[in-house]
Amino acid sequence: MTWIPEPARVQSVHHETADTFTLHFDVKAGGRRFTPGQFNMVYLFGVGEVPISISGDPGEPDSLVHTIRAVGAVTTAMKSVKRGSTLGIRGPYGNGWPIEEALGKDVVVVAGGLGIAPLRSLVYHLMRRRSDYGALTILVGARSPADIVYRAEIERWRRRAGATILVTVDHAGPDWTGEVGVVTALLDRVPLRAGRTIAMTCGPEVMMRFTARSLVARGVPAERIFLALERNMKCALRFCGHCQYRESFICKDGPVLRLDRIEELLWQREI
Amino acid sequence: MEDLERLLREHDFLKALSVEHTRLLVSCAKNVRFASGDFLLREGAETSTFYLVRVGRVALEVAVPARGVVQMETVGPGDVLGLSWLIPPYLSHLDARAVEPVVAIAFDGTCLRGKMDADHDLGFWLAMRLFEKAYARLERVRLQRIDVYGTP
Repeated sequence: MTWIPEPARVQSVHHETADTFTLHFDVKAGGRRFTPGQFNMVYLFGVGEVPISISGDPGEPDSLVHTIRAVGAVTTAMKSVKRGSTLGIRGPYGNGWPIEEALGKDVVVVAGGLGIAPLRSLVYHLMRRRSDYGALTILVGARSPADIVYRAEIERWRRRAGATILVTVDHAGPDWTGEVGVVTALLDRVPLRAGRTIAMTCGPEVMMRFTARSLVARGVPAERIFLALERNMKCALRFCGHCQYRESFICKDGPVLRLDRIEELLWQREI
Repeated sequence: MEDLERLLREHDFLKALSVEHTRLLVSCAKNVRFASGDFLLREGAETSTFYLVRVGRVALEVAVPARGVVQMETVGPGDVLGLSWLIPPYLSHLDARAVEPVVAIAFDGTCLRGKMDADHDLGFWLAMRLFEKAYARLERVRLQRIDVYGTP
């Protein structure tokens, strides 16, 4: 881990949806090891620095992948980045998903919108070490069919045996033949062995609250439900306090936090 | 008839209903099939049918002028379809279109209302179960209404 941004050259840019794009960076061989769920601070020189989850394969540390949604000044400017551009990278930061704790358990992954990005590195890991885990269920929600990030790749995952993968959108035109409805509705459709299930979710916070509530209603214990929270981050080193979440700092203690440890905070609108 | 009773007992909606009450419902029910593209319900049309979906998926749709057809939600195996049969004037508020071949149990709403009226224990049980389903759907609609994936 470094405190100073290292220059990294953009190898390719892939546009996922109208406002979401993926940057693949050249990194030196064996260069950037990370745990699924960790993030980097990505610096567009002269514009600013933003925390972005690593969405590549942890089994391929020679490749660094970030999927970004253009929503603020920095990420909107990043949308203009071309192949060959140089950006600054520092990291990886954060704790990542509980992949060791999940060993031998059924794993339920619930992604909403761009929440699929930090979960994709987890899915790569789970699929690579498929026999180390129990039943794998991946539920993906998006606003509309045009907003599904990694749509083609999810289709490829679906064709692979060994996982239940369901995708839903909040609304769609008549041509869409998939599920329509909120992602929490998918939870009611899948069989769960609550006693041996561990769940990991990422997406808009309100979606994660509803997801957590549905999982608890299905009998999954709060100590086995993990959420990736997002807060305004600046230093990513637990110094500046921008991402403080009562006694936790999302940059260092998170971004992945256990439901039972943050449950009461989730319902407080002031936090 | 025995088969139909078994199908009723196996469906998620009626699983917890007593054997005695399930038997009472059999005479109102029939097994139905729809091809992909068939409509189970049409917006504005009088409806006295209540469906328990067994196989396949049904889209609940609204035609929006100048925008086209919008799918609001899909329902699948284990779900219920149609609540308008319970409340006068018994008009469907949505189109329901099979997006793949559908197998369902169709209840005659008039017959079902008669049974609920004649046996208030059965009526209360069914009304509470329908309320549970309607409340869950309301919660899902609220979440959709927030547009959680919109620009922050």
